[in-house]
Order: sequence, then C-alpha cells, then structure tokens
Amino acid sequence: MSVEAREARQPWILLSPALTAVALFLFVPLLFILVYSFWLRTATGADQAGFYLDNWREALTDTFYRDILFSTLRIAAITTLVCALMGYPAAYFIARSKGNKAILLLMLMLPFWISYIIRTMSWINILGVSGALNTFLLWIGIITDPIQMLYNETTVILGLVHFLLPFMVLNVFVSLEGIDTNLEDAANSLGATRWETFLQVTLPLSLPGLAAGGLLCFVLGAGTYITPLVLGGPRDAMFANLVFEAIITQLNWPLGSALSLMLLAVLGVLVMIYNRYLGMAQLMKGLG
Amino acid sequence: MTKKMDNTTRYERLRERYMNGDLDRRSFLGMIGLAGLAYGVQTPFAKYAHAAADQVRFDGWGGVVSEAFREYAFDPFTEKTGIPVVDGTFGGGDEYLSRVKASQEGEYNIAHLSGVFDYARYYNLGLASTLNEENIPNLKFVIPKLVDVFRNVSDGALSCVPYDYGTTGLAYNRKYISDEEMKEKGAKILIDEAYKGKIAGWSDWRTRIWYASLQTGQDPNGATDMDAVWDAIRTHRDLSLKYWTSGAELMSLLAEEEIYVTEGWSGRIYALQEQGHDIGYMDPPNGFGWQECLFVMKGSPMEACEELLNFMLAPETSIAVAEGQNYPPALDPQQVDLGDKIPTLPAFDPTGTLSGLTFADPDYWNGNEAEWSKTFGRVQKGY
Repeated sequence: MSVEAREARQPWILLSPALTAVALFLFVPLLFILVYSFWLRTATGADQAGFYLDNWREALTDTFYRDILFSTLRIAAITTLVCALMGYPAAYFIARSKGNKAILLLMLMLPFWISYIIRTMSWINILGVSGALNTFLLWIGIITDPIQMLYNETTVILGLVHFLLPFMVLNVFVSLEGIDTNLEDAANSLGATRWETFLQVTLPLSLPGLAAGGLLCFVLGAGTYITPLVLGGPRDAMFANLVFEAIITQLNWPLGSALSLMLLAVLGVLVMIYNRYLGMAQLMKGLG
Repeated sequence: MTKKMDNTTRYERLRERYMNGDLDRRSFLGMIGLAGLAYGVQTPFAKYAHAAADQVRFDGWGGVVSEAFREYAFDPFTEKTGIPVVDGTFGGGDEYLSRVKASQEGEYNIAHLSGVFDYARYYNLGLASTLNEENIPNLKFVIPKLVDVFRNVSDGALSCVPYDYGTTGLAYNRKYISDEEMKEKGAKILIDEAYKGKIAGWSDWRTRIWYASLQTGQDPNGATDMDAVWDAIRTHRDLSLKYWTSGAELMSLLAEEEIYVTEGWSGRIYALQEQGHDIGYMDPPNGFGWQECLFVMKGSPMEACEELLNFMLAPETSIAVAEGQNYPPALDPQQVDLGDKIPTLPAFDPTGTLSGLTFADPDYWNGNEAEWSKTFGRVQKGY
C-alpha cells in the first residue's frame, strides 16, 4: 500500500469508533423512529406496521401541535435572550478578571455537578408558598399573605435560564478570550471611550460566541421536558411534553415519533441556518 | 496425565507456539485481541443473563408504598429464599406500560398494577403470564370478589394476585375548608371559584373524567353527556394551580399548603395525617375505588415469581405491608384477623364485599381510552 493511501486511510481508522457509535446510537435509532412514524396505533394500543401518512398529516395540519410548537419556540427565544443579557456581563467579567479565572470558571461549572432535576426542583423551595422568599418577605413584614409565584410561564423560563446560563457564559467567555486585547488598547489610544471600544471592537468580535451560546440555549430550551413539568402550570406544556404524552400516556408511538421528528426538523433547520452564516467551529470551541 | 484445558492453558500453548516461531507476531496479537474482545463483550451480558434467572424484578409506585414493600416483603423474602428482588418505580400505569412495550420479554417481571382496566390492557396486549395457582396457596385468603373480576378478563386463568385496594377521594386542608363544607359541596368543590389557585388534580385522564362525571351529576362508568364532562374538566383546569404527577408531589403540594383541595390517593393522605398534617379525606358518593394487583409479565421466571407472590399474600406479610403503605390488604376480613390499624385505614370494608366502593368498568374505560386520553391531552393545555 502506498504512503499516500495509508495516510488517506488513517483518519478514517481513527474516526471509526466515533462513527460506529454515532451510527449505532444516533442514526439507527433515528431510522427506527422514522419507520415508526409511518405506522398506526390500533385501538388496543398495539402498533400496526405499514406505510400510513396519518400521523404526519395530523402533526402538520392540526393547529394544536402548531400552537404548542410556536409557544415552545417563543419560550426558548425568551430564555435565550435572558441568558444572553445575563450571561454576557458574567462572561466579560470572567474573561477580563486577573488571576482568579480558574476559580470563577469552576464556580460556573459547579451547578453541573448537581442533577438537573434537583436544580429545577430547588425553585419550589425558594419560590413556594412556604418557600424561602415568601418566608423572608413575611418575616420582614413586606407582605401579609404568601405570594403565589410558582407554576406559570415565568417560572418555566426562570428554570430554563438557571439550566442554560452556564452554556451561554462559557461560549461568550471562549469568544472573549480569543480577542486580542491590543485591539481594545488601540481603540482607546485613538480616542474611543471604554463604552465605544466595547460597542465597536469587543462586542462585534465576540458575536460568534454569543451566537453559539444562543444556538445552544435555544436548541436545549426548545427540547426541554422536565422544566415545564415541574415548574409549569396546567397550560405551560412545551412540545417535548406532547411527545412524552403521545408515547407514554396515549401509548401512541407512531404519532409520538412523527412529533419528535417534527421538532428535530425545526431545530435542525435552525442549526443549518446558523452553520450557513457562522459555521459550527465556534460552537465546538464553546463546547470544548 | 493431561492438563485441564482452560483459558490459561490455551494462552500458554499459544504463547509457546509464538515463542517457537510457529506463529507470527501479528497472528499472536490478533488472537489475544479477539479473545479479549470476546471476553469483554460476553462478560457483562452474561452477568445480566445469569442475574435474570436468579432474581425477580418488581416495579411499583415509589414513595411510602415502595418503602413498605421493601421493608416488609422483599427483604424478608430474600432472607428466606436467597432470591434477590430488584425494585423499580413508575409514576403511573401508562408510563410503565410504555416501558414494558419497549423492553425485551423477561426484563420486567412483576408490577403493582392499579385497576382491572390496566389488567385488561396488559392482557389484551399479550403481556400476561398464566399463574400456577397451586404454587400460591395463600391465594385462598383473598376476598373472592377481587379474584373473580380478574378471572373474568383472562378466561378463568390468573396473571396476577389481588393485593390491596383504596380510593381516590377528596383531600382538603382543614385549616381552610371545613368538614361540613366538604360534605355539602362534594366533588364540586374542585370547580369552586372560591378556591381558585388553591385547587389541584391528578394529571390522569381517567381520574379527571371520573370526577367531571360526578361534578356534572353523571354515572362515572357511563357518562352520556361528554361535552359537559369536558367543560367541567376545563373549569377545573382554569381554577387549578397545577396537575400533580406523582404521590410525592401530591403530598408536597398539600403539606406545603400550595393547595387546599385536590383529589388524592387514600393511603398517601393517611400518611400525611400520620405525619401530623391536618388534612381531611372524604370519598364522595360514587368516589373512585380501585384495587391493585401484583401482575406477572409473560417471560418472567414463574416459579420465583409465584413464590414471591405467595410470600407476599401470607397474612403476616400482607398485613405488615398494608400497615406500611396505608392501603387495606386484599385479604378477606372474614377469614383473617387484620389487627388494629387496618380497620382505621380509609376505604377499609370490614364486610369483605367491597359493595360500598365503585370500581372502574374496564370495558367502558378501555373502549374509550384512545379518544379520551388524547382529548384530555388537549384540554389540559388550554384547548
């Protein structure tokens, strides 16, 4: 075998374990889900194999699914915006701090050591009628009766921000770290104020990180299931909850498969748009 | 004398051939690698395969119920027989059925199922085993009516043993709602504007439809005006703080005074009362009664499962579990002395006829399941 042929083969040999894992654990199950989406659920709960378009017709034409999908995208967009507004200053502070970056980054990662469900449920102890906040407000006499703060869309967004904020901060931090600070010094020496320097130099250069963090927050937020279940009220379901109900409660795996592929397609289009204009490299840096 | 052929001997012979030059280095390393691969792949799965035959998997409702099962049934059973019982939990029968459907035969063994309608669903989906009743002599202590309803579904055979019963009645905080008010309003208190934001309900479509039937003055096993039922569910939804999804959440919402009234499981409410919370419990006329069974899945290790069921039905075990989980056992009080605590539990029937409880009609509920579970999913979300 020639040296060129061997060199051409080497990357594939190194990639083969990862490619095998992706094929076995992602593409094959996806293929199963795709096949399932064309089956039908019978009255007894058993599945009827075949090629039926009923589930897709229902998923695409029923306004119920469309409305919940839009509501899900809206909640994900608000969450992403809040994460950006809160995460950027935090990332800026960490990136520009001197000497204690490692500790600050460790603090940022600390929440990941606790289960996502536990973190979500912790808000019940903070915002509940008998929670810490109400107890404190009652104690200092600002209120006479507890305020009902839980189980609405706001608490769902709060729970999502709590979950997703570190993803935003990390991505923006990586982006800010990559900016040559000499550029900021140059802007200052040319007469720009600190605010102008930030607006015209730092912010534009860090936009790829902000966009990568935004994409991650949006995709993870739109696919969430636990947060609306724990912190939402009766009307605060998101699209993933519909998939859960179709598959678990209604035992309608074919419809659940069509719905999950529909959500995947919508989020996939967003990722493709992002990739078209910003590229996936920035996202990989943030994740790394 | 010939040397015993084991893996070490095989390796030594292989190594000797390699050292003698009979085997090139690539082949030697390749064979070692293949042996390692075969061992690595086989070992973990073999472990599960061996374990599957030597243990019983049991799935139940979690919380105080699972704790009672573990303490009073599984641990003593393992101590006596040496058969380990691995217990898992689920939040509801639908969720569990979905898991079973996704699993391989034999992966799940025994489930603490609720209602004859669930038994019928599992049976109709071909998931039922057939018990050898000769291996379960303690079945004779069970209330005959409870056994018969299961036999009727499965053509005279049994795939389960009845284990306990209870009700889904009205639970209320006595600090805010009096016993007199509850008696006066009954199920309609769940759609009373006065308690807007302090009402909750189980996210189970059957329970919602059952209570909406009561609120609209209809037979819960034969509602004729479903529009009125859905309207009542919508009203309840709009007045509710949230739908709870587990017994633990139900107890937390009541204990933390997030809500004042909801329907609740009799045993869980009794547990709250035992903890000192001033929570009242009332079964309205035609309240939701249910019986739970220990259902054995097709493909399970039958002898071990039957031995466990017999152990669990023994009066001393059954009474201890019942006192722990706060649900009356399926044992016939006319045959077995149930002690002091059980007669005080909600829903307990000293006659053993259970004539005071209204159970779900499996044909009615399973016949409408596909349509109603789907419609409820929509109504729940504001439609």
